[in-house]
Amino acid sequence: MKVLNKKNLVILLAVLVVYGGVQAAIAARLIPPFYSVNLMLICVYVILATSLNLINGVTGQFSIGHAGFMAIGAYLSAIVSVKLHGPLGAAILAGGIVSAAVGFLVGLPTLRLKGDYLAITTLGVGQIVQVVFFNTNYVGGAAGFTVPRTVNWTWAFWLTVISVVIIHNFTNSTHGRACISVRENEIAAEAMGINSTKYKVMAFTLGSFLGGLAGGLYANYMYLIQPTTFSFLTSFNILVMVVLGGLGSMTGSIVGAVVMTVLSAYLSQFPEWRMVLTALLLIVVMLFRPSGLLGTKEFNLGFLGKKGESRAA
Amino acid sequence: MLLKLEHLSKSFGGLKAVADLNIEIGQGELVGLIGPNGAGKTTVFNLLTGVYEPSEGKMIFAGKDVGGLRPYQVTHRGIARTFQNIRLFGDLSVIDNVKIAFHQHAKYSAFSAILRLPSFFRSEDEMESKALALLEVFHLRGRAGEVAKNLPYGEQRRLEIARAMATEPRLLLLDEPAAGMNPQETRGLMELIRWLRDNFQLTILLIEHDMSLVMGVCERIYVLDYGMIIASGTPEEIRTDPKVIEAYLGEEAI
Amino acid sequence: MGHVLREGLQQVVNGLSMGSVYALIALGYTMVYGIVKLINFAHGDVMMIGAYVGWLATSRLHMSFVPALLLAMASCALLGVIIERIAYKPLRNATRVAALITAIGVSLFLEYGNMLVASAQVRSYPPVLPSVSYKVGGVYLQYGAIVIFATTIILMILLTLTVRYTKIGKAMRAASFDKDAALMMGVNVNSTISATFAIGSALAAAAGVLYGAYYNTIDPLMGIIPGLKAFIAAVLGGIGIIPGAVVGGLVLGLTESAVSALGASTWRDAVAFLILILVLILKPSGLFGKNVREKV
Repeated sequence: MKVLNKKNLVILLAVLVVYGGVQAAIAARLIPPFYSVNLMLICVYVILATSLNLINGVTGQFSIGHAGFMAIGAYLSAIVSVKLHGPLGAAILAGGIVSAAVGFLVGLPTLRLKGDYLAITTLGVGQIVQVVFFNTNYVGGAAGFTVPRTVNWTWAFWLTVISVVIIHNFTNSTHGRACISVRENEIAAEAMGINSTKYKVMAFTLGSFLGGLAGGLYANYMYLIQPTTFSFLTSFNILVMVVLGGLGSMTGSIVGAVVMTVLSAYLSQFPEWRMVLTALLLIVVMLFRPSGLLGTKEFNLGFLGKKGESRAA
Repeated sequence: MLLKLEHLSKSFGGLKAVADLNIEIGQGELVGLIGPNGAGKTTVFNLLTGVYEPSEGKMIFAGKDVGGLRPYQVTHRGIARTFQNIRLFGDLSVIDNVKIAFHQHAKYSAFSAILRLPSFFRSEDEMESKALALLEVFHLRGRAGEVAKNLPYGEQRRLEIARAMATEPRLLLLDEPAAGMNPQETRGLMELIRWLRDNFQLTILLIEHDMSLVMGVCERIYVLDYGMIIASGTPEEIRTDPKVIEAYLGEEAI
Repeated sequence: MGHVLREGLQQVVNGLSMGSVYALIALGYTMVYGIVKLINFAHGDVMMIGAYVGWLATSRLHMSFVPALLLAMASCALLGVIIERIAYKPLRNATRVAALITAIGVSLFLEYGNMLVASAQVRSYPPVLPSVSYKVGGVYLQYGAIVIFATTIILMILLTLTVRYTKIGKAMRAASFDKDAALMMGVNVNSTISATFAIGSALAAAAGVLYGAYYNTIDPLMGIIPGLKAFIAAVLGGIGIIPGAVVGGLVLGLTESAVSALGASTWRDAVAFLILILVLILKPSGLFGKNVREKV
């Protein structure tokens, strides 16, 4: 079996150790609520950042409305679990699917737009999504939607792992290379037989699906979701994680998500300082290291001696 | 006839970049398209590859009209090209550049890729070996893992042709393949072009400024000036055509 | 019937006032985009800073309306130039996405930096404009609304004259058409870009002071939504086109007040963004723009 090579086995082992360790700590009541909330948020943001990286980093498009898709996933999953009394898995999946459908419908006409026009359009879509939930009394309107907590560490952790594996496997395939070629040079990509529109829409839809899953996790953990939770500040936050990690680097996005979530947690007493520092970090990184922490490279396990799969970029 | 352009025209606003073009290219021919700067040569390539839509006229390739198709669709029909200003995927490895061009022949869906089904591994292995074999042909195998933009200029040009070949075309369009090459590299390129044509049952149309290359390698030549064909024939006929000499006067010594 | 008509006209007045604010901000957006091809995300926040300077000048320094307006415009002109020099100039040859990310960073910095300095608290403007209303044909015309509208028109005319007839205006047009060619023709591109940022930021500051004086309350996040709306206005009118920005701003303001009049004021933002998306999909060059294509 090619899947079970040495590198993958080592990763699997590491994943199991992290999961088991935290699970044991939770069972032994060693983790205070502050940390468990943030562990959960790390999972949510890792999914959001890696899925936005698929759109912005791998495919070279520029979305700054990712929180909109998170919102769709959150509200839809909440409707399924609260109003329809569906099981958690079905709720989260439904959120992802509807989010993907919206992503597809929005992406089809708008992904023809270039760079900054696309950016402002996705921001607009995020705002529209927010306004729609704000005005829908069925989901609580401005007051918000109360959702019981059904997500636990097992759900959050494995959903995150699955999302990351999906993104990794997609990126490291001929379809992922097609997306990368669109980022590198759209005209050349088309000349090489790549339907650039198809791959932009595909990446955007897959990214929206995973963003929706993250929203579902969030909604079914946080007790309350409100339209304002998914404002463009949330979108910017996700963007900062991706940019700091390095556009195009999946591992960079993971690191970015973890670091920024931890930083926000510790600076939560000083929200203004947190935002000012984030802003300065963003500017300084763009001025002095525009490719982010890792550029398009990935942390890899080269030291294991076996040649890994070809890198994402 | 593999390619037939009938009364092909393209205007930008009021400017006619290409006017009433009639070109016929048979299977296996090696044809040159020359002309002074701004004569509309690259516009012809852009029309052929779907970058521009023709204002008038027809483009029949292998019996079917390819006018109005998107660039990737034209590539799927069997026309591949290189660019005058090299357009490699600069930050990617040499082999990935070639693998991307194999994409349309890949035999697994995005779904199989995500689930890592057996078809993924089978098709990836096949693409890897095909890409390496192609790089071997272009003497680039040793460079497979390098980042494309770090290759020397001549090798970047060769890689661009290799990448175009990976789409498995019937017609290859080369846009100034010798631009920026030294005489020795140009000679090597001439041999490569001939060899490609003979070994891949390929038809080649090339735009060139370097007269020694065009005269040395092409069997037939079309001369374009102000968007119109002013002469066509064998290299010998072109060399002595007074209209061609006039068009090129002061521009290039023939 | 008469009542409906009066109500409608009242909404037109409201729409034109808000639309004027959008138009003033949109002018800066459109000029900056025209010359450096950057969506200056921080532009709405420059408007916010302008509003705060105006507030300081009127409430703390007890200045009257016009001097406060001029002070705000001058300070923001300086701020605009500083932002450009520090944050955008080094990235002029970088990717547009890098510049856009930086602009987002500058925007967040201004918002939360000001929150640190002036606190997140909502401030109210002193009554700098007389709260007189004129009743014209059953419609109340507030003094403030007239001032906003008149100021916008005056500034737009001044700007058009500047761009059309002065040396710096010619340099701006040359630089926005082709930066390299302008440079070779002896245009000092750097100072032209600075001037563009200065003028655009001064207009945004004017919008901020007018906004504060007319709508009374200001806060550090007040610039975000008008900034985005102004961008929509600029796109609607055709980005890079000065009268287009004004028309776009007024059209957007009128549309929003129409939506409010229909009792759907909470949907206003959604409608504005929907307009943006439709314009970008159907006619990305805007109402007054021409289409261009990438060279291969």
